[in-house]
Amino acid sequence: MTKRELKQFVGVNLLRIFIAVTAIFLIMFLYVIFSKGGKMVTWSFLTESPRKFMTEGGIFPAIVGTFWLTVISIGISLPLGVFTAIYMVSYGKPAWLVRSVRIAINTLAGVPSIIYGLFGLTVFVQLMKLDVSILSGSLTLAILALPVMINASEEALRSVPKDFREASLALGATERQTILRVLLPTALPNILTGTIISIGRVAGETAPILFTAATFYTRRLPTSIMDEVMVLPYQIYALMTEGAHAEKQVPIAYGTAVVLLLLVLFVSAIAIIIRYNMRKKRKW
Amino acid sequence: MNKFKESMFKGITYTAALFTIVFLFGIITTLFVEGIPILKSVSFKQFIANPAWHPTHFPPDFGILSLIVGSVVVTLGALLIAIPLGVGSAIYISEIAGTRTKEIIKPIIELLAGIPSVVYGLFGMAFLSPFLIKVFGIPSGLNALSASIILGIMVVPIISSMSEDALSTVSKSQREASFALGANKWETIIRVVLPAAKSGVIGSILLGFGRAMGETMVVIMVAGGAAQIPKSLFHPVRPMTAAIAAEMGETVFGSPHFHALFGIAIVLFIITFITNLITEFVFLKKRH
Repeated sequence: MTKRELKQFVGVNLLRIFIAVTAIFLIMFLYVIFSKGGKMVTWSFLTESPRKFMTEGGIFPAIVGTFWLTVISIGISLPLGVFTAIYMVSYGKPAWLVRSVRIAINTLAGVPSIIYGLFGLTVFVQLMKLDVSILSGSLTLAILALPVMINASEEALRSVPKDFREASLALGATERQTILRVLLPTALPNILTGTIISIGRVAGETAPILFTAATFYTRRLPTSIMDEVMVLPYQIYALMTEGAHAEKQVPIAYGTAVVLLLLVLFVSAIAIIIRYNMRKKRKW
Repeated sequence: MNKFKESMFKGITYTAALFTIVFLFGIITTLFVEGIPILKSVSFKQFIANPAWHPTHFPPDFGILSLIVGSVVVTLGALLIAIPLGVGSAIYISEIAGTRTKEIIKPIIELLAGIPSVVYGLFGMAFLSPFLIKVFGIPSGLNALSASIILGIMVVPIISSMSEDALSTVSKSQREASFALGANKWETIIRVVLPAAKSGVIGSILLGFGRAMGETMVVIMVAGGAAQIPKSLFHPVRPMTAAIAAEMGETVFGSPHFHALFGIAIVLFIITFITNLITEFVFLKKRH
């Protein structure tokens, strides 16, 4: 073996070791979570309320809470994101505004999620007097999801071939008609993928809802969007850091983590499959 | 009528776009309006350079140096783990693995990037920490080391998938030219592909840096929480995000402690903002 071959041998195997270490750690991570939490997940665990300050019972209220926070926040950020993307792609004037919006999106995308929490606390909870509620939390999460939503929608709209748009305009359609009847329908699957990815992200966020929506223990379900709620990710955190019965709380935390993980992985897997199929089917 | 509809629709998209600017402006304004008043209680220099953080003592100490050091230590520790693993696996996927393997590994990495951080935090607290206690014989497994490990693993998928994107944009002809000149695979990777994808790879690392710096749940659960400058990796630390998340619930609205937490958020915001700026303008410029 020459020196060059030796170098290549060492280098390539080093890369193999790196990827193996990553894989082993992640497999171990998933194994620990699922082996310790899997046996907790029973029908009653999913459908019952917690009892005795989270040391017994199920996680149904947290599932409901996560559902509402996710649905409402996506319901706000989806139209906002799509319209912003339409503006960026189809109108795009004046140039300074486009540039400002772009800077704003990129900056928002890098803002740590705890800072969104602080913003939600001062503006929604305190200033607008929405209190710690589903609404405050959803608004906070909606802003957090916005950059991802805009970028995905923009990319989707830009991937529509220029000919489509020009053909539509040549047929006498107005700009608005072209957007609504040609661009959006063509870009829809990609926008959907972006939306699903945002759902996964929003459902797993904890820091932004710490002070805006989450509560550790309540036996009843929310009756309006002004109620505070239990939420899956926050519940994991609270079970690990609050309360006095670790031996009873840790297994429930593992069980909750399994439910949250399955939810997030399932949602992201759908997005990945949709995108994969779409790339195969696309004819242009 | 039609004309009205047109301008109406345009107006809606215009307004939606303005919202992003309003939100960013709102976040910055909130941070500064609530954060700047801490300078009434301490001087700027004391706030930044004093390592004593005792916000509930009488009199209180509002120095955040140890919190900043805590954030920096766990972030650098995380990158020390995530850069070789992330960039290494990206190179492997893009240059060495076959198409088949690539098609399996890529979506898995994407999936992993979506795992909620609180689940990593749970893993760190309930599994890694007892494990470290056993291996190193230390009194507590919640410290800078365990936070770095968990953060590092969390950041790997981000660095890996972005680096892989960068590597795959290097044109085939460049690789072929290198082979034609007699270089082997490894030499081609090190001397041709990596230099050509340099800006994207560095961009991915900066993104990982920002992500680790801003991560809250992992560090609040795993880093140990002591506001001190750590003497070794086995000492507990209290990163900035952990201090904000842990203490905000207990402060009185408008108290000096409350303003101090927003002051920390300003520092955090500025750090991530500058990181972003560098990423955007220096390294990812090519993309636009």
